[in-house]
Amino acid sequence: MNAIEKVEKQYLRNDLPDFRVGDTVKVHVKIIEGEKERIQAVEGIVIRKRGDGTRATFTIRKVSFGIGVERAFPLHSPRIDKIDLIRRNKVRRSRLYFLRELKGKAARLTEVRMVKGKAKKASDPTGTPAE
Amino acid sequence: MLGLLGKKVGMTMVFDQNGDRVPVTVLQMGECRTVQVKTAENDGYNAIQIGFDEITKKDKKKTPKTAMGHFKKADLKPMRHLREFRLDDISGYNPGKKLTVEIFAEGEIVDVTGVSKGRGFAGVFKRHGMHGQSQTRGTHEVRRHGGSIGNHTWPARVIKGRKMAGHMGSERVTMLGQKVFKIIGEDNVLLIKGAVPGPNGGVVEVKKSPRNRKKK
Repeated sequence: MNAIEKVEKQYLRNDLPDFRVGDTVKVHVKIIEGEKERIQAVEGIVIRKRGDGTRATFTIRKVSFGIGVERAFPLHSPRIDKIDLIRRNKVRRSRLYFLRELKGKAARLTEVRMVKGKAKKASDPTGTPAE
Repeated sequence: MLGLLGKKVGMTMVFDQNGDRVPVTVLQMGECRTVQVKTAENDGYNAIQIGFDEITKKDKKKTPKTAMGHFKKADLKPMRHLREFRLDDISGYNPGKKLTVEIFAEGEIVDVTGVSKGRGFAGVFKRHGMHGQSQTRGTHEVRRHGGSIGNHTWPARVIKGRKMAGHMGSERVTMLGQKVFKIIGEDNVLLIKGAVPGPNGGVVEVKKSPRNRKKK
């Protein structure tokens, strides 16, 4: 292991669920307002995961009051309190930028039913229904 | 000011206690050893000379005999890099003394020296940040030129110091006022906030900075 990996390892989080591109997730973000700290939840579809080690980030997209909102988070950020995996959707690509052009009913994704225990299997990028 | 030699491993990004992202350079510092102690009586000034990167058996032949003698005097294995640091107080230093990252503290201000990446023969855009001329509007062959380099009949020559194209990089550069973000004692690794001169694998010199005193 080289020195960089060794340094990064101290900062990596392994308490987060194994989510993929296309999943609907709820990200609980710690927000510091002056002295107080509170938690705000953002729910959306993961449209991108990129990077490696501490530099990894992911972007979620949601449509808020008719306006598309995208928010990117460093995956290992200590500001993320927790991530809930809400729903797994069937997607066939790693970057879901096509959702930006779609709205309403067209912007829906097909759900893949998650069987308990199988949700952790990340080796299946197409998200074939677990039957 | 006391310093240490090491190698630049590369850059990454870590989180500070507020959860903010911080760009850091990872430096693998050497287990440096004092090779020679210079004293005011003997040499006219107080300093310690430290060595870094021990030479393995294979490369021993490449070491000059004079250098071998120098290391032999200190009863040390020959090393690739030697650097001298001037100190006011040299008591406590004797040849062979080990120096590690423990000489630094987290949050300390340091000066980092390295040999910058060589850019070869670079034009005025890259070397001096000039803007050249318009890319359109009938510009002919002078898009990346620096413009006029002086007058005509008087002084009939180019003034010295004119910024022109030439060799860039591969020079000794010192970054002043860098901050030690974190120290990993067991691996002898330093994390410096921000960038450090030179390529990955390049030798760097980290020196305690006089700026520490001003702040206090």
